[in-house]
Amino acid sequence: MSLVELRNESAGYSGTPVLSGLTLTVNAGERIALVGESGSGKSTLLRLLYERCGPDVSLVPQELGLVQALTVFHNVYMGRLHCRSVWHNLRNLVWPARPDVADVNEIVASLRLEDKLFAGVGTLSGGQQQRTAIGRALYHPGDILLADEPVSSVDEHQARDILQAINDRKQTVILAMHDRALAIEFADRLIGLRDGRVVLDQASAGMSPEDLDELYVTADA
Amino acid sequence: MIARREPSPLLRTTGVFFLVGLVCLAFADIAISTVDPWLEFGRLLSGIITPDFYATDSLWLALAYTMAFAILGVALGNLFGFGLALVFDSRFARMFCAVIRSVHELFWALIFLQMFGLSPVTGVLAIAIPYAGIIAKVYAEILEEADPAPLKALPPGTGRASAFLFVRLPDAWAHFKSYSMYRLECGLRSSAVLGFIGLPTLGFHLETAFREGQYSEVSALLILFYIVIASMRVWMKRPLLPVYLIGAALILPWGVAFSLSHIGRFLTSDIVPHPLREGGPDMMTKFADWMSAMVFEQALPGAVSTIQLTMIALIATGLLTLIFFPLISPLLLGRGPRWAGHIFLVVVRSTPEYILAFVLLQLWGPSMLPAIVALALHNAGIIGHLVGRYTEQVTLRQDSSTGANRYFYEVLPRVYRPMLALLFYRWEVILRETAILGMLGIATLGFYIDSAFADLRFDRAMVLIALTALLNICVDVISRYVRGKLRLQTSLEMK
Repeated sequence: MSLVELRNESAGYSGTPVLSGLTLTVNAGERIALVGESGSGKSTLLRLLYERCGPDVSLVPQELGLVQALTVFHNVYMGRLHCRSVWHNLRNLVWPARPDVADVNEIVASLRLEDKLFAGVGTLSGGQQQRTAIGRALYHPGDILLADEPVSSVDEHQARDILQAINDRKQTVILAMHDRALAIEFADRLIGLRDGRVVLDQASAGMSPEDLDELYVTADA
Repeated sequence: MIARREPSPLLRTTGVFFLVGLVCLAFADIAISTVDPWLEFGRLLSGIITPDFYATDSLWLALAYTMAFAILGVALGNLFGFGLALVFDSRFARMFCAVIRSVHELFWALIFLQMFGLSPVTGVLAIAIPYAGIIAKVYAEILEEADPAPLKALPPGTGRASAFLFVRLPDAWAHFKSYSMYRLECGLRSSAVLGFIGLPTLGFHLETAFREGQYSEVSALLILFYIVIASMRVWMKRPLLPVYLIGAALILPWGVAFSLSHIGRFLTSDIVPHPLREGGPDMMTKFADWMSAMVFEQALPGAVSTIQLTMIALIATGLLTLIFFPLISPLLLGRGPRWAGHIFLVVVRSTPEYILAFVLLQLWGPSMLPAIVALALHNAGIIGHLVGRYTEQVTLRQDSSTGANRYFYEVLPRVYRPMLALLFYRWEVILRETAILGMLGIATLGFYIDSAFADLRFDRAMVLIALTALLNICVDVISRYVRGKLRLQTSLEMK
């Protein structure tokens, strides 16, 4: 079943196109990695896909979008703000309800952050903040998760745990990644971008990181 | 295992202040005593929508006087303030500035009124002196925060004066300029209010028009005042400054004479406590009686209700800010409604508390309510504007929540810290204003000070003004302590 279909589309920021002539189909249940140099259009493509995915999608933007003044609990809980009444949300803001704390704690524990549940996000390290933002997306009830470089600030060992947690909890996953080996390991389809165009789109099975080299060769090299 | 939750110190402090405010409110008189407040309000409204710019010939002159007092007062305050900022390292200068800025413009005006009568000297000095104290403090902070790197790069042996002129001053100049503009806006408000004690500015005509129920004239006066303030950045250009200064000096009616012997008597005799002035063998016991009567009949009740009103107004300001800042925040409202929000906030923050309280007092009768509402509206207008502008720099993630969820989870937590910083910063300002509102008949210190001046008991007035100043300095110290403890930055307050 196709989730999103892009046909010869363009996208960009304030008039300047970053992506052009884009044709792409994403099916439910796929685990896709977007690879390519920085500036190749991965973030723009994610933005476009997010807009087309409907209400069942959660997003981990590159800049994370966390509220520094709130705790890890509150930031993760924000993944379900739209499912609850404003009064319930207000109550949780001031005095978190036990069942919600238990739910959120389960997600947070799967990201190895449980001892920081009620720590202010502003006091966390970059890697911990990144895991909080992923927690928020995982807590979102939708089946689809889009993430822009979700494991850029954690070590490789943690990265595997986090990617596994994402794959366990979400059906359709689209990640922009710069680590080619991890991309091949955790995605079953790779989409390679170069200068705003799709130059590679194939199953990851049997690929090696070297196969992706041509994506990263600059024109004047 | 679920981690333990510690309440945030920010919320705990908020809670303590909130409780104190509630206790103060429980003992406050906030009744509406007029028979039909809505009838008068209706008449006021119909007057407001039918402004009459030709009601009196003196309207334009009053506007010119208001601007002249503000321009001369702020210019002089800037000059003194800059000088004092240069010697702010000295403890004496810092104390001196703290004292002169802790006395409100209107109290200074009441003092100078006894010395210079209705001469323009009274109005200009009443603005210049407290402003010099505030400006000195702010300029000293600006100079202190200037980038130290260029200073280190100077060749050794560079003189202090050259280093100051070539390195520190150019850096700070832009800040000085923008702060002076803000001060001029405050100066215009102060100048307008000086009319209430008899100087020929807008306040004088406003009071008269109000007492006579000429609401169309009130409306015209206020609209002109808003236009002058809102267009300040258009008419106040640096090349034109000499023109304005000379014009202001020429237009004011300097002809009012004052006698030096009169001033001398005021300073050496009138303000000396009356038992000490009379002398005699039992001077000290009489003085003790005089002092204890002062303390128990005036100073103490005045101070208690001043603090009470201040705390209620502080909490009310905080609550109202929560409603006001979204009115101009692009995160929460569209362009159209935001436009209306901007106009509303300009009006509430441009109207001096004193005028707001005066209007509400006519509508509701004497109680603390008009003062609370006036202080909250004006101060929430100022803080709401700054916080709203602050949210313009916040970018939300693409998938952020909407509506009330966005307000409570995305926006409020992000602005809470700067908002609290501004609120604590304005605490001292609110106290100064609370004391002043006593002159309208609410039993704060200003009420006793005003009565003392009316009875020509200048010795009493001086003791009470000194007490007001002391309260102000105390609140300033507590506020600085709380802000330091909660690490509340106040850089926002400059803009």
